Amino acid sequence: MRKLFVFLKDYKKETILAPLFKLLEAFFELLVPLVMAGIIDRGIADKDMGYIGLMGLCLLALGAVGLVSSITAQFFAAKAAVGFSAKVRQALFDHIQSLDFTNIDKAGTSTMITRMTSDINQVQSGVNLVLRLFLRSPIIVFGAMVMAFTIDVKSALVFVVAIPLMAVVVFGIMIVTIPLYRRVQSALDKVLGITRENLTGVRVIRAFHQEGKEEERFQEENRVLANLQKFVGKISACMNPVTYVIVNGAIIALIYIGAIQVNIGSLTQGEVVAIINYMSQILVELVKLANLIITVTKALACADRVAGVLEIQNAEAAPLPPGAGDVKADASSKEAGGGGREASPFLEFDHVSLTYQGAGDKTLEDVTFQVQKGQTIGIIGGTGSGKSSLVNLIPGFYPVTEGAIRIEGQDIRTIPAEELRGRIGVVPQKAVLFKGTIRDNLQWGKPDATEEEMWSALDIAQAREVVEGKQGGLDAEVAQNGRNFSGGQRQRLTIARALVRRPDILILDDAASALDYATDARLRQALQSVENEATTFIVSQRASSILHADLIIVLDDGAVAGLGTHEQLLQDSTVYQEIYYSQYPEKAKEA
Amino acid sequence: MNQKETIKKVLRYIRKYRIRVILSLALAALTVALTLYVPILTGDAVDLIVDKGLVDMPGIFAIMKKIGIVMVLTAFAQWVMNICNNHITYHVVKDIREDAFHKLEKLPLKYLDAHPAGDIVSRLIADVDTFADGLLMGFTQLFTGVLTIFGTLLFMLVTNVPIALVVVCITPVSFLVARFIATRTYSMFKLQSENRGEQTALIEEMIGNQKIVKTFSREEAVKAQFAKINGKLEDSSLKAIFFSSITNPATRFVNSLVYAGVGIFGAFVAIRGGISVGRLSCFLSYANQYTKPFNEISGVVTELQNAIVCAGRIFALIEEEPQTPDAKDARVLKDARGSVELKEVYFQYTPEKKLIQDFNLSVKPGQRVAIVGPTGCGKTTVINLLMRFYDVDSGKILVEGTDIRDITRGSLRTSYGMVLQDTWLRGGTIRDNIRMGKPVATDEEVVQAAKAAHAHSFIKRLPQGYDTVITEEGGGLSQGQKQLLCIARVMLTLPPMLILDEATSSIDTRTEIRIQKAFAQMMEGRTSFIVAHRLSTIREADVILVMKDGNIIEQGSHESLLARKGFYAELYYSQFAV
Repeated sequence: MRKLFVFLKDYKKETILAPLFKLLEAFFELLVPLVMAGIIDRGIADKDMGYIGLMGLCLLALGAVGLVSSITAQFFAAKAAVGFSAKVRQALFDHIQSLDFTNIDKAGTSTMITRMTSDINQVQSGVNLVLRLFLRSPIIVFGAMVMAFTIDVKSALVFVVAIPLMAVVVFGIMIVTIPLYRRVQSALDKVLGITRENLTGVRVIRAFHQEGKEEERFQEENRVLANLQKFVGKISACMNPVTYVIVNGAIIALIYIGAIQVNIGSLTQGEVVAIINYMSQILVELVKLANLIITVTKALACADRVAGVLEIQNAEAAPLPPGAGDVKADASSKEAGGGGREASPFLEFDHVSLTYQGAGDKTLEDVTFQVQKGQTIGIIGGTGSGKSSLVNLIPGFYPVTEGAIRIEGQDIRTIPAEELRGRIGVVPQKAVLFKGTIRDNLQWGKPDATEEEMWSALDIAQAREVVEGKQGGLDAEVAQNGRNFSGGQRQRLTIARALVRRPDILILDDAASALDYATDARLRQALQSVENEATTFIVSQRASSILHADLIIVLDDGAVAGLGTHEQLLQDSTVYQEIYYSQYPEKAKEA
Repeated sequence: MNQKETIKKVLRYIRKYRIRVILSLALAALTVALTLYVPILTGDAVDLIVDKGLVDMPGIFAIMKKIGIVMVLTAFAQWVMNICNNHITYHVVKDIREDAFHKLEKLPLKYLDAHPAGDIVSRLIADVDTFADGLLMGFTQLFTGVLTIFGTLLFMLVTNVPIALVVVCITPVSFLVARFIATRTYSMFKLQSENRGEQTALIEEMIGNQKIVKTFSREEAVKAQFAKINGKLEDSSLKAIFFSSITNPATRFVNSLVYAGVGIFGAFVAIRGGISVGRLSCFLSYANQYTKPFNEISGVVTELQNAIVCAGRIFALIEEEPQTPDAKDARVLKDARGSVELKEVYFQYTPEKKLIQDFNLSVKPGQRVAIVGPTGCGKTTVINLLMRFYDVDSGKILVEGTDIRDITRGSLRTSYGMVLQDTWLRGGTIRDNIRMGKPVATDEEVVQAAKAAHAHSFIKRLPQGYDTVITEEGGGLSQGQKQLLCIARVMLTLPPMLILDEATSSIDTRTEIRIQKAFAQMMEGRTSFIVAHRLSTIREADVILVMKDGNIIEQGSHESLLARKGFYAELYYSQFAV
């Protein structure tokens, strides 16, 4: 919670000025009865028309000054609240962007979205209201009490009892309802989750004809939400009536005390009226406050949820084993001196193991291999054998649990993430494009890419025809998630996106699965051409995709089950043989 | 959609709760009457406290008792009224959300494919929320505000007609000011809503694909993009909020005019002896009470303004054209044997781009039909048409000799088991995901289906096995594992016909062959459609359709197509090339 207040810092001036001008307005309002008293006591009593006119103008002037200060207050309040929420929203977005892959896996997308939208909106209205009105109420309540003391101490004691009582009610209800509002928000999360699911999974849901069931599910969650809202509403609904009872009870007490005091002559009738008026004034303020308190309570609950996201911390990098990084670089340069250049591997996996956070079993176990610059490496293996996990380690998406990965002798943990990832082009399994133009999407790979660079990347990715087939070419519109492109077209564009930056290392994570064989073959040919100098990792199910790789890594259940060229593996890896012959039954017959 | 129509539609939703609305109104009237009565009682009490020795204690006790009763009554009425208002608001909101969701399930895919999910989600969640806030505020403050005005007006007219008329003449200015501001701010709120929708769409896109953002180290660029929209939203929000909040001070200024008017006019009347000083001061306090609700109302009006804009957006969704409903006499497809026929089918997504043209195909029960062709040739479109996700532009598709437009969508679609390349799983346990097509399936059946789909071994290794909760869209599972789950899901339903659209593209070939065997066993005598790039996947098909640019260019078995040495042969040999 306190975390969010920091964002008001830049609006210090506004945050102070808004309530100040609000108080000024209240002050001018309080002067009005005094002027009116003047009209009655002097104007009417002396039949002084001129004086009445003057005082009338005075009333108008007070109104005008009140108007100006009030509008000023509204402006500062709005500015602070809107600016504050914009800052929080940006900070939240930035923070989510900074989360590592482990945290992204854990956080749900839909709850992040509610927090970024609906929750922050609630906080915004909360801040706006607090600045405009919330601070005014306590000041008027205490001001009224102070005024009562100047008139009569005994009567004022009623205030001393009533005000804490009201405070207990107001804050009590707030304390009870804040956790409940938090539950309301998480019920809303669920409703949002189902809505999103039904949009993203519409084909599957309709294919299974589950529309009716989905509606039931939605109605159930929606009902839970409505019931929770009603329940909280019931508690909040007590605020007004209870404070009303307290204030009027106090008025009854004041009449009683006043009657006795007047009877013995220590108080006048007018003073009783004044004290009762102050109590009524408190009531008016409390009614206003009660109307606000729901918004403020909600805002507090929402602020908590927002702060919760800001508190997610990326795990600290595990300490490097001694001798990692530079030391190794020295070693390899020594090697280079002795055994010639080829001996120094461009990229090296050194007894790498990976266990995902919260998982029971190792996903990768003791993986060791070395790669020379410019080589093509094929990775093949069954579903769930750890192929993607292996290539995800290279850009440092997940930290290795054991062992080390080195690029040119340097442990990747010692290379800043941005620098490391800047050298690597990744084509993920899920081919996603972003809203904008094709050009915008290609610029993801390299922000300052020239037209020539883009076309050359598109050529290698076999995507030239995709772009030329669209109206506007490079400037053709891409809808959200690239919905206006087919799976194969998206895949080729995502490959081009990774190639634009001419990466040192190119990772194709089963990135050609939606391509037909002819296109796939042309793509591979292009990747091996001089146009592409990257050290290329190809993860694939297709033996044909990796057949000609310089090095093939066969994975089985997270462990290396074979390492070598196609010919070598065909000789001595049973797992590889099985995979290969399953796709080339004719060759099996020959063998 | 204009404001008036939207309000009418909101009223239609409220009508269902009219008894509560009437009760709420009645209680509001009671509360107002009682609250106006209390000052009179206290005034009476004060009149009994005249001076030293002149205090009527028994009279005061009687009044105190009265105030006590009125107070308890008021509090109770207020409480019940609040609960009524809560009930009405949250139920109306619930109804609206239900209707919106109902529409979501009925919207044609054409609409859903063309609209960002984030925008629709924002309508259903954020917009409805804002609407609820406005509606609740309207209920709790609008009624009592209006009633207080009428109550005090009555008291004033009884006391002194000419001065009351002064009040009545000046107050319309308050309304005019509020109206003026409200109409101006309507467009500002609309802009704010639009900017908000745009921002939500961006959030959805970037947070949903965060890994890709990080892969390309695009965090800074994305942050900048967000900052731009955020700045736009900040601007429009500031304008909307500030200008709408002027209403309050402006109407309060009008109130000061009323107060001054009563003061000056009243003083002149008093000089001529038309009203006593005591009466005048009483009048002034009423004038104050009379104008106060105007402030509240004008505040509520701006909230309502915002609420109506949001309601407009959600109603626009609710009123979106749904897919053509199933005909009343539509056939329920039962025990389909698997004869499918496409006759002279034409289809295109956009008018300017031709896709499927004069497509003819006849499939006999039990046949295995494979569709191959270069990317973008319309393979997936054929699936969209078979499942009736889209309707043909002309021509027809017959299943068991009946035009599929004369079959209920539900029975048509459940006759097919479908596995798509874009795997989709829902947040929930593995078990629930597999059971999706057949919720009554026993645990053994689930395990059996998972075994047939070769998913059992990896599920077993998950922390909680079948009860492992996966996040939405199956985060944490690999693409291949997700495909295995989708296959298990279909295996469980045992459909008469099968559609596999690149369903095994991310599964290794060894496992794929085993799965295919399982499918072959399961689909013995049933029709299946298989779209695949891997020609090894489809070699065993009875009929292979080779598609190019929306047309079938070759058709036949693997051997006959190879013998023809045409496009298929070229495709087939290309995989051994390089």
